[in-house]
Order: sequence, then structure tokens, then C-alpha cells
Amino acid sequence: MSDASMPGGVPSGSTPAERTGGAAPGAAAEGATGEGVIESGLTPDGGIPGAGASGGVAPGEVWRRLSPRMLIVHPFQVAVRAVPALLGLFVAGSSKGVPGHLWSLGGLVLMVVIGVLHWFTTTFRITDEHVQVRKGLFRRQVVTVPRDRVRTVDVTSHILHRVLGLARVEIGTGRSDQKGGGAVKLDALGSAEAAHLREELLHRQLAPTAAGGPLTAAPGPAAPAVAAGVGPGPAPEAVADPVVSPARDTALGTAAGTAAGPALGTAAGPAVGTVPPAGAAFPKEEETELARLRPRWIGYAPFTLSGIVAVGVVAGFLSRLANEGGVDLMRLGALRDGWEWFTGIPVWTAAAGAVIAFVVFVAVASTLGYVLSFWGFRLTRHSGGTLHVTRGLVTTRATTIEERRLRGVEVSEPLLLRAVRGARLIAVTTGLRVGRGAQRGGSLLLPPAPVAEVERLAERILTPDAAGRVPVPGPAGQAAAPDEASPVTGPLVPHGPAALRRRFTRALGANALVVAALLALSEWAGTPAWTWIAALAFLPFAALLAADRYRSLGHTMTREYLVTRWGSLARRRVALERDGIIGWNVTRSFFQRRAGLATLTATTAAGRQGYRVSDVAMSEAVGIAAAGIPGLLDPFLVAHETAPQTAHEPTPVSPPERPAP
Amino acid sequence: MQTTPTLRPPLHRVSRTAIWYWTVRAALGWLVVAAAQVVWMVAAGGDHAVLRVTALAGTAVLAAAHLIVMPRWRYRVHRWETTPEAVYTLSGWFKQEWRIAPVSRIQTVDSERGPLEQLFKLANVTVTTASAAGPIKIGGLDRETADRIVHELTASAQATAGDAT
Repeated sequence: MSDASMPGGVPSGSTPAERTGGAAPGAAAEGATGEGVIESGLTPDGGIPGAGASGGVAPGEVWRRLSPRMLIVHPFQVAVRAVPALLGLFVAGSSKGVPGHLWSLGGLVLMVVIGVLHWFTTTFRITDEHVQVRKGLFRRQVVTVPRDRVRTVDVTSHILHRVLGLARVEIGTGRSDQKGGGAVKLDALGSAEAAHLREELLHRQLAPTAAGGPLTAAPGPAAPAVAAGVGPGPAPEAVADPVVSPARDTALGTAAGTAAGPALGTAAGPAVGTVPPAGAAFPKEEETELARLRPRWIGYAPFTLSGIVAVGVVAGFLSRLANEGGVDLMRLGALRDGWEWFTGIPVWTAAAGAVIAFVVFVAVASTLGYVLSFWGFRLTRHSGGTLHVTRGLVTTRATTIEERRLRGVEVSEPLLLRAVRGARLIAVTTGLRVGRGAQRGGSLLLPPAPVAEVERLAERILTPDAAGRVPVPGPAGQAAAPDEASPVTGPLVPHGPAALRRRFTRALGANALVVAALLALSEWAGTPAWTWIAALAFLPFAALLAADRYRSLGHTMTREYLVTRWGSLARRRVALERDGIIGWNVTRSFFQRRAGLATLTATTAAGRQGYRVSDVAMSEAVGIAAAGIPGLLDPFLVAHETAPQTAHEPTPVSPPERPAP
Repeated sequence: MQTTPTLRPPLHRVSRTAIWYWTVRAALGWLVVAAAQVVWMVAAGGDHAVLRVTALAGTAVLAAAHLIVMPRWRYRVHRWETTPEAVYTLSGWFKQEWRIAPVSRIQTVDSERGPLEQLFKLANVTVTTASAAGPIKIGGLDRETADRIVHELTASAQATAGDAT
């Protein structure tokens, strides 16, 4: 791991994804030599694992290119995006003149050229310490990510990628202050190379960590193997040597083959002593299947409403066909006849028919979407300390999450799904986005499935098994009750009558405001009276919503996890590892203060970045915060009986004496 | 938790000069509003003159109240404290907010001086952690204090190992 192997790199300890201008002297010089290496060292195919290693050069030293097959993919993608315009040009006839289409064709050609240039200007390499990507034509950039900051690796193949044997690799670094979480994208590599890269990035780095880090406190079965292969002390080169990869790949292949059967819970098995003989520094990968899609879960699909997106997509396509393609939809005979028939029938029948058609369409589209996204879903745990999700019917996706970075799980129950006792499971981890589009964001650990199944899986993920991660020891002084309530299913502390009142005040108050506004409008601005009557009729639903929102509210603290649950339309229960909490925010609005309540937010680098315990009593909020990170709050706490301490005049910053804890 | 514990306010207030800084900053904002109203009055000519004068007068009254009350109130409620283990702030009066972060989880400590802050020899300090929800801001510090905070926090944050996530 000599520093000389990576000029143009950044000192370790600087920010994880530092952008260095290509004009910097070091980088420029490196660029020049690097190009030379590419010319000689790159095999044009790139589909073989470790292809960069050909010619005896260690792959880490070589600037590698994306797969040349991208030169086919890119023009095709551009063409697909331009389908409405092309349809308008060639098929449906046009109301605009020809020059307009020539312009858009010119635009297409330009986009293709840019895409091709993108391929020529992008190179990357994986050194012992960094992942580096160089890109840009006029503004050369070198993006450098230290490898110990790599949290997740996401491998996606769209249909065209799959036909050509390609895969896009996205490396998540868990930076929260950068757009896209500081992720590095490589679009695309040969699929074998992508899979290899994933192994290389996430599994290999565990070896040095396990040998030297604090995580080997409890000797799991994997630890002796690591020690045997690596030796804790003086042979770091063995750890870092990337040439051993082919041997490892075969070992991996067999592991995957044997674990594909129905045998669950065999991970605590014989990892010891199965070190591949070729001097590989890794224990043999053991793979345990934690979950697999069952076909009957597809029955939950219509309740996810994901099909509503499809309605938007179809509408968008039609409008683009009309605008860009210049197709006059009303000139299509069938459509026009349908519309005339539709406007001819009585309004109530039409409305009912439209609603039914909409519901059916959404249900069908949701089911299709479910099958497309989650077909072949499989969640496995690797002895290397990662969780691995593979899924997808047409577009395949493989996400690898480092378990050490998994800070908890979120059981998400949208209202409709809850009504049929279904739920989803989402990972709370650094490096993957959560929230809107979590399904696309790759942090999904289980698609909509029976809630019992979700809870069973969540417990299994949170419970470290022998071959998996070693739990971070609980905060000092907290004796572990062996039969402690599970963070996933255990009972929660309700938030009390003040929180209940607040739920009702907010729901009914908001509804009353809407009613009043609509009433005023109909009185003075002449909007139809049924608007405010409808809003008034919604009042009972608002009350139900408030009651359910209160029923959802709850929190608890276990030895390792802070658990909080909230929401009605989308109820979520989050178990957040206490060790992953990196600060507390307590907020109290004017109204909360009158009700004696406060909202506690546990900030974290994972998932949503902050998890709230809403509307708890102020003393409870402080109690949770004090217990959650022991010792942090002690200097700032006073017993309730004493009068609030008056603040001193501004004094120099010298820290005040802390009372002994 | 034998007795119910409560958070005491942080020890330190910000610099007294900050009152004037906040006043001037808010006054500039109000001047923009007033200027827009004057332009409107002049440009639109005669009709509804009374309404416009009333609006301008109303703005003036609101501005005066805001400029007198806000800075002093803010000075009373904004507090901060640092220890070798933690950074602790309290801010806000309609919506109070306590923020606490362990020094061991600090990622960056920034100090910034805007043009107006320079005029008053003030600075603000922003302490960020790995969480997007967790930055702690202390505004209106005098320059020496800000520098000292940055220095102290940087030193103790560097002393801790790990990547603070």
C-alpha cells in the first residue's frame, strides 16, 4: 500500500469524495502516464473478471475504461427517448413543417456524439486505498473515494444492458452533504466485471478491518480463518494483493451453488479452515438465504398503488406524442369515437366508469410493476459481513450493503397495505437514500409481504448471527436482559393524552379551516356550495385519521436500539441502532410548550438522517436522549425541583468543570 | 432518572453587539419592503392614495416593533455552550430548539463572516456532523470567541478516531 502507487490521490483523512481539477500538476502528469497504460493494458472486451490485470499489471495501477459495448447502448438509449418525435416524423404524419424535425434529429446526433465522447473521456481505477474516476472533456475531474468509505455497491442492468451483458455500478459512500450522497457511478461494465468489482470493494476490505479493528472482540468462526490467511501483524501486502482474485471467484461460485438450496441458518458452519489454497487472504464466502420472493406475495401488489406512476407515464407519453411528435390525437378515429361515446353517456355513469377503470388499471399496473421489480427477489447474508439483495425480471438489480453500516431497519406499512396485513422492510444504512423512491433507491430489504414475514426477517437481520457481524457492545453499564423485548415487535410506550389531544386538534383544526375557507369562498366568490359541504363531510375521516395517528405513535429503547413509530397513511416503525445516533435535536413549538410536549430527533448518518419521536412529554424526551447516549447530556441536566438556572454573563470559552458522572 | 431531569439552558450568550447586527440586518429587509411600497405609490399615481399611505404607515409600525423586540428577544434566547465532549445550543422563541452533538461525531467546524458581520466584528460558527439533520449553528459571536471555538472543537474532534458516522 505504498503512497507512490497513487499520485493524484488525496491524503487519507481528507473528505471522502474530493474533486481534484485535472489541471493540478500531479494529476496531469499521472493522467499522461495513465493514458499510456490504458492503450497497452486494456483488453477490449472487459467482460472477464480482473481483465485489467492482463499483462501482469496489477489491476489497481491501471486506468480502466467502461465497457466498449456502451458505444452501442448510448445511441440506442437516445433513440428510445426520442421515440415520440420519431413516431411523429415517420408514422403519424405531422402538422408542423419538416425543418422542425430536422432540428430535433440534429439534436439526437449531438446527444449521440456527447455520449460517445463520454465513453472516451471516462476512466476509472481501483487502487488499494481509493476508487478513482476521471471524467469530463473540457473540465477534467478526478473523483477520489477512499475505499474504507464505500458503504454500498449497487449493480443494475436494464434490459439493453442485459442483452449486451452489461451492468451499471453505483458505489455509495454515505456522504450526506453532497448531491446523490456522493455516489460514484460507472455506467457500464461487463456484468462479470461488475460482480467482481462488487466483491472486491465490499468483501475484501473487511479482511484488514477484521484483523486489526475492534470488531473481532467476540471470536466468530470467521475470525480464525482471517487470522490464518492474513496474520494480524506484519504482512499487509497479502491483504491488499489483488492478483488472487480468480481463485477467490471459483470459491465464491461454489459457495453460491451450495447455498442456493432451501437450507436456512447454516451460516454458523464450517468457515474455518476452508481458505482457498492459492494464498488468498479471504475466508471462503458463506452465503445464507434470509428471504426469497414467494409467488403469493404478488397478491399484495394491487395495494401498493405503485401503478399510479404508470398512469402518469402513459399520460406523459401521450402528451409528448402530441407535442413533440405533432400528432393530433383527436384525428385518430378510434380515440375520437371513444371520447364521443364517453361524453355521450350520463355523467354519473361516466364518473363511476372512469373510477372503476382507473382502479382496475392501477391494480393491474401495480401487479405488473411488482413482478417486474421483485421477480426473483432474494436476500442473502454473506459471511464477509454484507447483505446482498438481488431482484428484477427485466431490469436486474443487485445491491450489497455492508452490515457494519446497517444502522437499523424500517418496517413501512402504507395504509392500504396495512389493511391487508402487509408491510415492506427498508434498510436504514449510510450510502443508500431512503424516503421517496426507496424502492428505486435500493434500500429495500423485503418487497410488500405479510407483516409477520417482514417482522421475522427484521429480527433476523438485527440479530447478528455467528457468521455475520459482531454487535457493537451496548453502552456501558446497561445490563442486557436475555429475554428483552424485540425492537421489531416489542410493545411501545404510548405518548399520552396530551399527544392524543394534539392529534385531534391538528386534524380537526386543519379540516375546520378548510371548511371555513370554502364557506367564505362560496359566500363571497360564488364557488359551488357542495365544496364546503364535502369538506364538512370529511370531518369524521379526519377524526379517524387523528385517532389512528395517535395509535401509531410510540417509542421504546432497548439495549441496542431506539425504536420509534409514527404515521397513519404510511405507518413506519424504525429501529435505529443507538450507536448510530450522532446527536439530538429537541424542538418545542409554542403549542407543544403549552401542552408540555416536545419532539425529539435522533440525528444519524443513515437513512432519513434524523428519526423523530414526536410529541412526547419534555421530561421523557430528555430522558430518552440522556439514556440513548450515556453521559452526553449529564453536564447539561438539572433536577426538576431546582429553579431553572439563570445564565451567566458571557465568559471566555474555557470549558466549565463537568460534574463527575 | 430519580427525579425528572430537565435541560438547563446553555451557559453562554452570544455577543451583545449581535443585537445591533440583527437590527441592521432586519432594517435592511424592511427598507426593501418600504422602498417597493414607495415606488408603487409614486408610479401608480393618484387613486387609492389613502390606502397606500396607510399600508406604508402600517409597514413602518410593524418594522419598528420588529426592530425593537426581535433582536433583544433573540439575544435572550440564543445560547450556546461547548465542553470537551459536546456542543450544545438553544435557539428560537416561538419554536424552541435544543441541539446537542458529541464532539466525537463532529465532521467539520466552519466559521464564516458575512460583510455585515464583518462590520460589527462578528462571526458565526457552523458545526456539522455526518447527518444532514444535525448541523449546529451559532450566530452573532464576537470574532475571538468564534476563533477559539473553532480551534478548540477542531482540536478535540481530531483527537477522536473513526469517521464519525
